[in-house]
Amino acid sequence: MVANLGYATLVITFLVSIYGAIAAFLGARRNSTSLVDSARNAMLLTFPLLTISALSIIYLLINGHYEVQYVTEVSSNNMPLYLKITALWGGQAGSLLFWSWLMSAFASAVTLRKWDRDREFLPWVILVCLITLAFFLMLSIFIENPFVSFWHSPTGNVASAMFRPAGTTLFIPQDGNGLNPLLRHPGMIIHPPMLYLGFVAFVIPYAFAMAALITRRTDARWIRLTRRWTIVAWLFLSLGLVLGMRWAYDVLGWGGYWGWDPVENSAFMPWLIGTAFLHSVIVQEKRGMLKQWNMVLIILTYDLVIFGTFLTRSGVLSSVHAFAQSAIGPLFFGFIGLTFVASLSLLSRRWNDLRSEGVMGSWFSREALFLLNNLLFFGLFIVIFWGVIFPILSEALGIVGQGIPALAGIFTGQKVTVGPQWYEGIVWLPFAGLLLLMGIAPLSTWQYSTAKTIGKAMWKPLVVSLLVFIPLLLRGFRSIPALLGFWMIAYVACVIIYEFWRAAWARHNARDENLLVAFWLMIGKNRRRYGGYIIHLGMVLMAVGILGIELFQTETQGTIPQGGQISLGQYTIKFDSLSVFDTEEGRNVARAVVSIYKDGNYIGELHPRRDYYYESQQPMTIAGVRSTPEDDLYVLLVDWQPLSTSAATFKIYHNPLIWWLWFGSIVFIIGSVVAAWPSKEPELLMVSKSIPETSKA
Amino acid sequence: MRNTKILLAFILILIFTVIAPRAVSAQQPTPSDDQVNEIAKQLYCPVCENIPLDVCPTTACAQWRELIRQKLADGWTEQQIKDYFVLQYGDRVLGTPPAQGINWLVYLVPPVAILVGIYILFRAFRSWKRPIPSDNLQPDNAEILKSSDPNQDEYISRLEEEVRKR
Repeated sequence: MVANLGYATLVITFLVSIYGAIAAFLGARRNSTSLVDSARNAMLLTFPLLTISALSIIYLLINGHYEVQYVTEVSSNNMPLYLKITALWGGQAGSLLFWSWLMSAFASAVTLRKWDRDREFLPWVILVCLITLAFFLMLSIFIENPFVSFWHSPTGNVASAMFRPAGTTLFIPQDGNGLNPLLRHPGMIIHPPMLYLGFVAFVIPYAFAMAALITRRTDARWIRLTRRWTIVAWLFLSLGLVLGMRWAYDVLGWGGYWGWDPVENSAFMPWLIGTAFLHSVIVQEKRGMLKQWNMVLIILTYDLVIFGTFLTRSGVLSSVHAFAQSAIGPLFFGFIGLTFVASLSLLSRRWNDLRSEGVMGSWFSREALFLLNNLLFFGLFIVIFWGVIFPILSEALGIVGQGIPALAGIFTGQKVTVGPQWYEGIVWLPFAGLLLLMGIAPLSTWQYSTAKTIGKAMWKPLVVSLLVFIPLLLRGFRSIPALLGFWMIAYVACVIIYEFWRAAWARHNARDENLLVAFWLMIGKNRRRYGGYIIHLGMVLMAVGILGIELFQTETQGTIPQGGQISLGQYTIKFDSLSVFDTEEGRNVARAVVSIYKDGNYIGELHPRRDYYYESQQPMTIAGVRSTPEDDLYVLLVDWQPLSTSAATFKIYHNPLIWWLWFGSIVFIIGSVVAAWPSKEPELLMVSKSIPETSKA
Repeated sequence: MRNTKILLAFILILIFTVIAPRAVSAQQPTPSDDQVNEIAKQLYCPVCENIPLDVCPTTACAQWRELIRQKLADGWTEQQIKDYFVLQYGDRVLGTPPAQGINWLVYLVPPVAILVGIYILFRAFRSWKRPIPSDNLQPDNAEILKSSDPNQDEYISRLEEEVRKR
């Protein structure tokens, strides 16, 4: 019954979306306010409708309606309530519906804003949002339907279908398979919604960009209108990525935070292009340049968002054959192709309207440095994109090439792995370039900077940053990449602090304000700029952690008897005891107690463990971690002797400075919140200021 | 998927039952976990997507690591062991594609793309540095500029200046 309700609302929402898209299109073409209003109402209606649909699944999950296939797949009797609710995004069908639900929430919120002088954008924004929504709803209704039930035929077969096939009865399993244990971590519970929020929020600036192209309002108005949406989208995407990193570190048990896995990369790619976009729109706002480029970037971001969902949902990553077996892959592929081609052809028709208004003043002007930033972000994207699609491409080409004898030697037809070594061998260069740019671009000015003026602004922070070599050399650092890396980090940090200091000091002198007050008001006055600097500071702190783990991580593994020891660098761990027990929620836990010694002194105890989930027959390794700003000691229980528990195998990682990655992420998120914090629209502010007091009264 | 895993595990167990007694009789020092992981780190199991062999927690991967240990104990070199796995399970077990045939593209495309990017940027920059010739202005825009009221014009430029400052 509830499943039928959920499915019916899904179908109604789909029809409403189609109607809304048509009404918006006709309304815009015929200049009919009533049609556009009707489209707007349709848009607004999708949110409550999808809320009913999403609540239906949650109801089925909470109440253990295992006759519904999705409920059986992702939940079980002994799962706690919060996990049953979050199982909404624990599987493919549920997460696609969840995507649509968030999309309708964001799109509805954007249609609720005051449109006064931007009314011509409205129908086109609605059209783009509703087409995107309708596509995802179509997937939910026809291919990945979360409301499909099990049916029992008289011959004893169990089939799944939405509606009862003739002669069958409802089949109700006693229990479900339970949520994948890897997804039961708090980080993984919040991570997908954050990522999805980031994904869907990027649809909004794209919708405005398309509206601007269609209506030929190609000035910076669409950028100003969507500035906050873009930052919010970026904030959520960043949060999603950081939480994913933390989850990997805590749960995946390989001592790292980023594995260059295609799924990780698929979320990272829209972030990279989105970041390039965030920077380059500033050039359009300030200088009227890069208009065409900004359009390219936002189109790419939108399609990368869809591509990210496609990669993780189509099965194409595991094999080209798996991709061909389900209709979901080709449909995604088609939608991406169609939107990409349609957007680009629209852009090409408006290409001349988007010609640059300004000219590039100097190679060292801020706009030139922003352009360089864009090149680096774009380069990173190309590298990662290539790494992600190459295995798919080589497999697909192999299938074709193997049929042609002359090409059989070239097209090996073998699936290949493009692993971390490949990525790490390339990406360090653009990352280093970006780091250096963070230390130069804030010191430049629009249009007029030259090498000389930048040099003049650079020398003070540069001299201070050189001091970092003293502690580094004294502590015995001799590796050139490490010395250079830490110096660059120190230099960028000095530049950011110097920028804050300079502005706060000037304000303090000019307005006779307390330095702290001046600092606070200065940030409030230009949140985007100073929010941006805080983000840069967060990035720099994260770079400390990344450099630490990438250059200095060490590891060892060994089997030791109870009371035995194993050493790594300054650390020694002693195996005290191991207990194996079952928990109420269907886990078998093997938990070791190990004592940690640093330079021979006892510093604490860790409890690495291995959980085995009976339902899904999956093991999960939870590391025992001692984390300090100096280093992390990360201990994994790899194996143990099942009967006597008298000996166990441990893997130990020493991860220097990784703490700074997490601390930097917090700073980074704070910076994003500062930049995204709502303030009055500048134009409105100016109008209200220019109105004489008498007329206000 | 699960069936493949079970099959793989079964095959590996069979292999071990054949190899193990020989290894014991060889009486060589057992290679350490670190030595095994040094090689396992560079390999991927074909069942568990994108997880290096040294950290994969599944039973099948644990047995693969044992296989590496056996091979090391038998005196095989790192390269021989890697070649053995490639022969058995294909190129995908390697962390990076072997540089042959079409795989060359994976190494060539990124640097070429970046160089092309730099070139395009350089060209774009050069063209932007040149002032736009006046005949490139659209006629209607030029008309508007000419016919506009000087007071209005001043107001607009002040307004634009204000907006730009923000």
